[in-house]
Amino acid sequence: MHFTINGQSHDVEVDVRTTLLDLAREHLGLTGSKKGCDHGQCGACTMLVDGRRVNSCLCLAVMHQDVEITTIEGLGRPENLHPMQAAFVKHDGYQCGYCTPGQICSAVGMLDEVKKGWPSYVSDDLSAADFTDEEISERMSGNICRCAAYPNIVDAIREVATGEDREPVQRAVEEVHA
Amino acid sequence: MKLFDYARADSAEAAARAGTGEGTRFIAGGTNLLDLMKLQVETPDKLVDITRLPLDGIEERDDGGLTIGALVPNSDLAADFRVIERYEVLSRALLAGASGQLRNKATTGGNLLQRTRCYYFYDVATPCNKREPGSGCAAREGHNRILAVLGTSDKCIATHPSDMAVAMRALDAMVLTLKADGDRRRIALGDFYRLPGDTPEIETVLEPGELITAVELPAPVAGARHLYRKVRDRASYAFALVSVAGVVAMEGDTVKSAALAFGGLGPVPWRDPAVEAAIVGKPATDATFAAAADVLLADARGFGANDFKIPLARRTLIASLRELTGK
Repeated sequence: MHFTINGQSHDVEVDVRTTLLDLAREHLGLTGSKKGCDHGQCGACTMLVDGRRVNSCLCLAVMHQDVEITTIEGLGRPENLHPMQAAFVKHDGYQCGYCTPGQICSAVGMLDEVKKGWPSYVSDDLSAADFTDEEISERMSGNICRCAAYPNIVDAIREVATGEDREPVQRAVEEVHA
Repeated sequence: MKLFDYARADSAEAAARAGTGEGTRFIAGGTNLLDLMKLQVETPDKLVDITRLPLDGIEERDDGGLTIGALVPNSDLAADFRVIERYEVLSRALLAGASGQLRNKATTGGNLLQRTRCYYFYDVATPCNKREPGSGCAAREGHNRILAVLGTSDKCIATHPSDMAVAMRALDAMVLTLKADGDRRRIALGDFYRLPGDTPEIETVLEPGELITAVELPAPVAGARHLYRKVRDRASYAFALVSVAGVVAMEGDTVKSAALAFGGLGPVPWRDPAVEAAIVGKPATDATFAAAADVLLADARGFGANDFKIPLARRTLIASLRELTGK
């Protein structure tokens, strides 16, 4: 089978049952994407397929041979971080880090959805969604963080999306007064 | 996962013909089918990949309605400006379901055909008449908090999990299909699903190989207010305990028309004309709404852990009707 992952071509022989996640991790050495639940419930395996975020554990590799696949390794490298990766580091948007590659890929895909004007369940006006913290939480609900780093994940995503850099203390005060 | 043969369909006709094979399943988004295959709840011998078929468009109909291709992803459908403008209930129901990642993959046709999330259907170590006909139902005496209170049978108390289908039921959607012999059918969504009865393993009227090609929505009801209210255990990314899809038009203080469908209550997206008849032509008052709830739940039956759904459905319906009628 033939695949394009992070701009590189790969020809590999794999079992028809192989998922995109197992293809990346077990056959191509791209172990950034994580296997949490393997059933589309946790989001740790999130990749971008033609720019759209998907659960790679629920994608058969054989069905994804002529699309552009992007994993966390394709977004940025330690010496050249993607803005979303840098923001997660800056805001401490993780503890154990296991869900982080999926969170970051999901956040990048999600911001593209916002840019396209896609609404969410919490958008009062479906044709003009505001980009609030509530929106970020709703749109990221497919990514579970067992360390519950959610407040910092929201901070990281908000900064990339809006440039607004809110201190945790400031945020806590605002929440109390909300 | 059990080994399977894989084939990619080049045309809808070829897919329908291939679909008649014993143990053959169509695959599109795969978000539910692959999940079930990993657990060996589903063990198809062959997958026919239909994702390359040209069924991913949303077309205008002459009557002001829309024809939605079976492969339109849930996220694209929810964000389509025509759906937002004319069928807000559908957009909201789609956005209430699953996660961003899943909605990007899950398709319109596949969403209609997703299987119940009953714990015992998923657990191959337990009896389940839907998964293994004749093996019994572990849910009746088991953990049935999420299961049905309407339309159940001795054999099965599973719920249909879709939000999208509940909204489409309220919108009088039609399911367009192509059969293996080349015939095409237009099936009202109200006739599409089957109650479990003695054969809970048969969930729809689709024949072997019959492929969903599109869903038609008739012209929207003029001047109607739309609502999708979903009650669930988490604020996001959880199946409905109870949901209400409503399309209601008013004339002064009187209900002019009402379409109401319910999720989380039955084995199929639930709609009962008697509930609507209890409201239409009546003043929009709590007494009217309570009477409608009485009709909806007259035959409701809980199985212990899900008894709470009956009063919850009552309150959810009344709250929904207040909102829909501007009370």
